[in-house]
Order: sequence, then structure tokens, then C-alpha cells
Amino acid sequence: MWTTTAALALALYLLLVMWSGDIVLWALDELIVGAVLAAAVGGVAGALLWERGGWRMLQPHRWFLLIAYVVGPLFFAMARANLDVAWRVITGRIRPGIVRFDPALRTELGRTLLANSITLTPGTLTVDVNDNTGVFYVHWINVTNEKPSPEEVCGELPVWARRIAE
Amino acid sequence: MTVLVYVLLGVGVVFNALGAIALIRFPDVYTRIHGATKCTTFGSVFSIAAVVVHGFLRGGPEGGTLAVHALIALVFLLLTNPTGSHALARGAYRSGVKPFRAVIDQIERDKR
Amino acid sequence: MSPELGFGVAAAVLVALMAISVLRMAIGPTVADRAVALDTVNTLVVTTMVLLGAATGLVVLVDVAIVYALLSFVGMLYIARYLEGGLK
Repeated sequence: MWTTTAALALALYLLLVMWSGDIVLWALDELIVGAVLAAAVGGVAGALLWERGGWRMLQPHRWFLLIAYVVGPLFFAMARANLDVAWRVITGRIRPGIVRFDPALRTELGRTLLANSITLTPGTLTVDVNDNTGVFYVHWINVTNEKPSPEEVCGELPVWARRIAE
Repeated sequence: MTVLVYVLLGVGVVFNALGAIALIRFPDVYTRIHGATKCTTFGSVFSIAAVVVHGFLRGGPEGGTLAVHALIALVFLLLTNPTGSHALARGAYRSGVKPFRAVIDQIERDKR
Repeated sequence: MSPELGFGVAAAVLVALMAISVLRMAIGPTVADRAVALDTVNTLVVTTMVLLGAATGLVVLVDVAIVYALLSFVGMLYIARYLEGGLK
């Protein structure tokens, strides 16, 4: 558990101090400091981060899916929603409201991913998530339907959240 | 290739400007979060992407360090900004700020 | 015009946008409005620091931007918690 956390911390540190020396790309003292810090981070955070048994995200194909999701569907949704909200900023034509929908995600990671994606696209903003039932309350800047389905609010995003995290 | 840097920079600054204007123009907290936080995040994506392209074009250890560090800053921004604005929206709702001119407020309706 | 100068000009524009956001922070009717304005200023500060790092060639400024992003995130969570009515 803590070795995995330490390995991830070391990888992040090595990314941060790239091009510092000549052992491949890193200097010797940076490598030593990185190893010590990674061990410390693993010791402190290892027991906290893996509390709920989240081994699923260590499968590499989920990481590739996550990257594909961020540069593909999420970026496209962000671009389209940004242009839409930009138009609303200029014209001031809004129809706000808080709506409820149930994307039927079971894991906490999936819910977190979907809530963050929804909040990152302008026009929709997660106000609250019911921890027990997984129902999302979303502030929507242009309410077209007072009882919407997940597809009407955020399109393909729940499908991708399920694919990546569950 | 330098043209690409300028195009990205221009798009980024335009979206940042839209975010700041939305902050002044929209009527209540929630719509302001829509405009301000998200448009500035999207603008920052393009502005920092310009820096990343510039760093890789310059090449060498210095340009590479600049590009990678800017990319890490961008990843942190993309991870933390939605969480922060969601926390703000929830805090605002629980402190009793009602959405302005809302056609529907499902949280209020479910409480009854 | 070299790219460095372009980054400098963009950073100057972002500082002007920060001034607009500070205006909302001054007039905003509720505490939440001011907090949203502060969040916007934080994002703009991070972007400006990265742009200035590219304009001056000092990578240290980009590192400062990373730390600033994380610290401002924790600060926003504290403010949101306070708005919610403290820890229960």
C-alpha cells in the first residue's frame, strides 16, 4: 500500500526535477532527496489514500482511458459549453435553475470524476451530491426541462465516468 | 510555429476577459461561478498551452523545464478549480443564498 | 515582436482583468460573491505567473505558480467550509 503511494510520489517528483543533472536526466542529490521524500509521503499518506480499497485505478488501461477522456470528449464538451456561455455573457439571456438527476454511478471515484467534469464545463455546476443515493443536484444556466435525464444535462460524460472508474 | 503560440495566447486572453466580464454582468453567485471560474479555467488552459508550446520550441534543458512545469501547473489548476468552485457553490447554498430568478429549485422542493 | 514580449503583454492584460475582479470583490453583495471573485483572481494570478515565467525566462516563477495554485485551493476550501457554517 505505502510502496505504491511512494512510487507515485517519486514519479511525480522526478517529473518535476527533470533536466537537473546527467544521470539520464537527473542529478544524484535530486534522486536521493526524491527517494527520502517519497518514502515519507508513502508512510504518512499510504494508509489514508487507500482506505476504501481503490486498487481499480492501478490498471493501466484506465489511465489511458482517462487521458483519452480528458483530451477528447471532456475538452470538446468544455469548448462547446464555453462558446455557449460566452454568448450568454454578451447577450445576458439566461434561464437558471437547480435540477436533479441520477447518473447511477456506484463508486465514490466515479461520482467525483463526474461531479468535477460537470463543474468544469460551464453552464452546469454541481451544487450537491447525495452520498447515499448518488443523486446529483446541478445548477443549470439554461433549463430546458425541469426533470432532465443525465444525457440532457451533460451528454456522454456519465458513460465515460462509468467506463473509467467502475 | 510561433504563430501557434500567438493564436493560443490570444484565445486564452479572450476567454479570461469573458470570465472577468461575466463576474460583473451576471446577477447571482451561481451564474457568476459559471461565467468567472469556468471561463478563466478554459482561458488558462490556452494561455498555459501557449507557454508549453513556446518551451518545447525553445528546446534544451531550460525550455523543457519551462514546458513540463507549466504543464504540471495546468494539471493542478484543472484538478483543483472544479473542486473549489463546487465547494463554494455548496457553501453558498447552505449559507442561504437562493438562486436568482430560478425556474426550478429541486433541492428546496426535495426538502419538503 | 518576440514571443517573450507577447507573453508580457498578455500578462499585463490579465492584471487589468484582475482589477475588474477586485471591483466585484469590493461591491459584491454577499460573502459568497466576494469569495467567487477571490477564486477568479487566484486563477488569474496563477496564469499570470506562468506567463511572466515564460516572458522573463525564470522557471522559478512557474514553480511559485504551482505552489500558489495548491495553497489558494486549500484556502478556498476553508472559506467554503466557513460559509457552510463550520464543522459539524
